[in-house]
Amino acid sequence: MAETTNPNAFVEFEHVQKSYDGETLVVKDLNLTLPKGEFLTMLGPSGSGKTTCLMMLAGFETATHGDIRLDGVSINNIPPHKRGIGMVFQNYALFPHMTIAENLSFPLEVRKMGKSIREAKVKRALDMVEMGHFGSRRPAQLSGGQQQRIALARALVFEPELVLMDEPLGALDKQLREKMQFEITRLAHDLGITVVYVTHDQTEALTMSDRVAVFNDGRIQQLAPPDQLYEAPTNNFVAQFIGENNTLAGVVKNISGERAIVQLDNGELIDAKPVNVTQAGERTRVSIRPERVEYRKDRIPDGAHTLTAEVKEFIYMGDTFRTRLSVAGNDDFVMKSRNAPGQERLTPGSQIQIGWMPQDCHALDA
Amino acid sequence: MSDASLDAPLAGQSSALTTANGQPLKQALMHAQAHAKRRAFYLVAPLLAFIVITFIVPIGQMLHRSVYNPGFSLHTNVSTGVETPLMTNLKVWFKENPDGTEPDEAAFAALAKDLLVLREVKAAGQAGTRINYELSGSRSMFTKAARRAKRLEPPYKEAILDLDKDWSDPALWRVMRDATSPYTMNFYLAALDRTKDETGSVTKVPENRQVYVKLFQRTLFLSILITFLCFVLAYPVAHLLATLPLSKSNLLMILVLLPFWTSLLVRTTSWMVLLQGQGVVNDTLVGMGLLDDGNRLQMMYNQLGTVISMTHILLPFMILPLYSVMRPINPSYVRAARSLGATSWTAFRRIYFPQTLPGIGAGALLVFILSVGYYITPALVGGADGQLISNLIAFHMQQSLNWSLAAALAALLLGGILILYWLYDRLVGIDNLKLG
Repeated sequence: MAETTNPNAFVEFEHVQKSYDGETLVVKDLNLTLPKGEFLTMLGPSGSGKTTCLMMLAGFETATHGDIRLDGVSINNIPPHKRGIGMVFQNYALFPHMTIAENLSFPLEVRKMGKSIREAKVKRALDMVEMGHFGSRRPAQLSGGQQQRIALARALVFEPELVLMDEPLGALDKQLREKMQFEITRLAHDLGITVVYVTHDQTEALTMSDRVAVFNDGRIQQLAPPDQLYEAPTNNFVAQFIGENNTLAGVVKNISGERAIVQLDNGELIDAKPVNVTQAGERTRVSIRPERVEYRKDRIPDGAHTLTAEVKEFIYMGDTFRTRLSVAGNDDFVMKSRNAPGQERLTPGSQIQIGWMPQDCHALDA
Repeated sequence: MSDASLDAPLAGQSSALTTANGQPLKQALMHAQAHAKRRAFYLVAPLLAFIVITFIVPIGQMLHRSVYNPGFSLHTNVSTGVETPLMTNLKVWFKENPDGTEPDEAAFAALAKDLLVLREVKAAGQAGTRINYELSGSRSMFTKAARRAKRLEPPYKEAILDLDKDWSDPALWRVMRDATSPYTMNFYLAALDRTKDETGSVTKVPENRQVYVKLFQRTLFLSILITFLCFVLAYPVAHLLATLPLSKSNLLMILVLLPFWTSLLVRTTSWMVLLQGQGVVNDTLVGMGLLDDGNRLQMMYNQLGTVISMTHILLPFMILPLYSVMRPINPSYVRAARSLGATSWTAFRRIYFPQTLPGIGAGALLVFILSVGYYITPALVGGADGQLISNLIAFHMQQSLNWSLAAALAALLLGGILILYWLYDRLVGIDNLKLG
């Protein structure tokens, strides 16, 4: 028995490294702890190492260094079929030469369950994904969304405690994807299973997960619940990767507690919340979400610094207005405002003053 | 209201739709497509003509020859093209007297007349050969008797028996009765080691002359063995080819195809170099001390030589269909099976292997059909007991010149293959075949 550092830990990665060619590390020093019942999403651009992590957990790749533990037991040397982890693949991987019922029955057969138990479990799993009448069909006769449900049912039918999903919704159209997002989370919560979900779609990550691990360059950049990830990114990559974001480059003038004064490159001063800057004189990039940018005087706190901005473009988007501004040399500064009664539609060319709550503006690494 | 009036005539005349100007729709469609169809036909016409002239007509002729041999009933003068019916008098006698009648004076008189005709048109050799196919040693009786035909005097029975006592042999008369008709199934009987006895019932030929059935069996057995060996050897190679990264698999593919591009004769002779008594394999084994110099392995001029070299030569025909089936199989199927709890063996057996079945079927059918009709390699390395049926067909085509028997053997081979093909279609389904 390997000793566990955290008694709540169900899945643990400890100093895990992975290299395919012996020259570059695809995963660099990964540490991750997952309690039972959590829905964790690994989010990141392609090549960031998220899928490799999933494959190591599933047992299809071996860690070059480090320890992966499942329920306190190191699984580095346990072959995939003994790990008891359910998995949903990107292309569903439904066996084309078997019917749907045979597909679902397969994990039960290899576990040597009796025929009547198998049939009962298959039926329950099919009903769970509302596909009760499709047992005798072949995978090729189903639509993408239906195949997706079957793949999900197959990964759940043998009642694993941990289910891995590798971009399972990537091939579906938008509407279906949103419906399945909801269904997957509902199933996961109802069954109380632990889910590790890999995606490069940030909306999916934000709407489905308890926590999101943002991957880049083989490292976890931030591991946090979706709201924190969006509202309090801890570095520039996360701020850029999650949601829409405006950045302005500058130098920290002064830090006092939760407030930093940043001098932008054109000399103007703004308020920001210091995140990973520690001292005056450091170069920084401040990050502010488009919907937190305000131009109406009554919404900017007294004494906050304001910036002069020129309206470049006004786009009507129905529920919101999207105004592109030129601010401190950045021509792609976007302000989003709700289409509320009496909301002004700005005309391109006009000059306005913009500002924000200091806690909405994050001074991050340059 | 207007909708209804539009629908009504359509529903009423659904069997004979017409175009806007009243022409039947089918005719109009045919007319519209005629030009394109004609053009398509002109494009395939050369190939069609080629196939008909070089393939269908010869095969038809061959099949005809297997049941038709006019050696004892019609003579064609090669230079003038004059056709002379032979054995007309004997034919009449056979018609008047039923099977098994002992030849009387009238029969010998008819024979004497016919021998005279044979002498005139110099057809004794031809007629004798035809009888000789079924009763060896009888050719010379005809040539001898024809030479003396003019001097024959009644009573003919005595006169002819004086020439050769064997003229009274009931078997000879039995064969002559059959041979007066050019159409016969006797070559098929011979190809199955059967013959007709004096009374006309079908019996087996004496054991020491039964060759063809045994050879068919050996051909079938060796072909199955070679197909199986090819499958066993090709499966891992095809899998490797399908799973390696493209740059490496391309190199390996060239190695697979390289022998394919080399002349068959070169490959076979290189196997001779390797396998013969003083060949590379034996020399190496002796040199390593694994084999005594006196006990060199006999790997050639027997079945082993045929099996080894044919397996090698036919291997690409198994690898390529397997590869083409394996390449598109997504590795996530096996991974999915593993994650669902299957051992790697179970995942292979239940998930991977069934998906490669169309390739196995195609490869096996291809190798089997090719090896059933293989000729050159067994002829060169097969020796006496490594010969296949095609070698015997060639023998009858080139040496014994019994083309009818060769044709009958070939037709049986063709029929056998067609039956196997039909069986395959019933069991696996021909549309499941994937050749590449």
